[in-house]
Amino acid sequence: MKRNSWLELGVGIFMLAGILGLVFLGLRVSGLGVGVPSNTFTLTANFANIGGLRPQAKVTMSGVRVGQVTDIQLDPKWFDAKVTMELDSQYDGKLSDDTTAAILTSGLLGEQYIGLTVGGAPDMLHDGDVIHDTQQALVLEDLIQQFVSNMAK
Amino acid sequence: MTRYLTALGRATLDTLSSIGRAGLFLVQSIFCLPSREGFHLWLRQMHFVGVMSVAIVLVSGLFIGMVLALQGFTILVGFGADEALGQMVALSLVRELAPVVAALLFAGRAGSALTAEIGLMKATEQLTSMEMIGVDPLRRIVAPRLWAGFVSLPILTVIFGVVGIWGGYLVGVEWLGVYAGSYWSNMQDSVNFFDDVLNGMVKSLVFGLVVTWIAVFQGYDLIPTSEGISRATTRTVVYASLAVLGLDFVLTALMFGDLG
Repeated sequence: MKRNSWLELGVGIFMLAGILGLVFLGLRVSGLGVGVPSNTFTLTANFANIGGLRPQAKVTMSGVRVGQVTDIQLDPKWFDAKVTMELDSQYDGKLSDDTTAAILTSGLLGEQYIGLTVGGAPDMLHDGDVIHDTQQALVLEDLIQQFVSNMAK
Repeated sequence: MTRYLTALGRATLDTLSSIGRAGLFLVQSIFCLPSREGFHLWLRQMHFVGVMSVAIVLVSGLFIGMVLALQGFTILVGFGADEALGQMVALSLVRELAPVVAALLFAGRAGSALTAEIGLMKATEQLTSMEMIGVDPLRRIVAPRLWAGFVSLPILTVIFGVVGIWGGYLVGVEWLGVYAGSYWSNMQDSVNFFDDVLNGMVKSLVFGLVVTWIAVFQGYDLIPTSEGISRATTRTVVYASLAVLGLDFVLTALMFGDLG
């Protein structure tokens, strides 16, 4: 039985375009990684206030992206936020023990991310370690309140 | 007084019975695809409904992405947040604009044609003669069109989104000078595949079903005159557009209402 093969080719290309588009939306637009777990290592840090930090936010060092936030939970022991991040494995064992983590904002209203700054201690951070020296997010309301109460004095 | 009450009652009954007929029609026709012949009929309709709509979706997706980037840039640059352009373009396209605008274009481009085609078949008594020779018009005519619309609108939506994001890239990065790295990385940080992309897909599946359903039912149920066909075609576009916009709000409230 002879069918119109141009028509079938057209539909085939159409379906393929849809699948490729969905792959593009997955990989390029929403940044789904393929095989991420093998080449990353995990660090956690406790923050007094994370502001608007969300999972998938980037982790940077000197402004260069080195990893991303994977999980944020309330630590039931201290009642502060426990942030888990995955960093590129090439930095495993290269960051000093007294590395500080700060929650920064890109631009005035941009998204929030974590900036790491290396210290000078001889011991290094490894997979599963905790960053102790942290700086909480800048909350605009607190800042204004502080400013107003200083004005009143 | 009784005259008005009677008119009101008749209108209510007409609407209700029309909704009931539409529901029965959907249930009867949606379950009759799986045969080899049916597959080829479906393929033909995929070509007509899907492939032929690619051009309009490509062009409008490109322009909507470009205008989003342009408008978004001029607004965001006032806050010094022009790096968030990729995030804005991608989220508004993937969540809202791609499913809704693709569905509206689809209603105008494919839905009206489906109504007119089936309506003319009814007016020239092709549907009746099919029944006479023992061919079920629901299986032969309606089901392939319904399935073709259901499958092709999500694909058109994906194409719309991809082209729109690319158009936003052209205007934002190539023309207005947003840094390409922050365009993509802001987008990747904020767009979640399951919450945003897949929810957009669910929306377009619903829209695909509703728009084709309305189009095919209006064609099947019209008064078989030339005036009836023209009315039904108009009704298809109006009802389908209203249904898409209304359902979009409901679906958005269900999907994103608790995301904050």
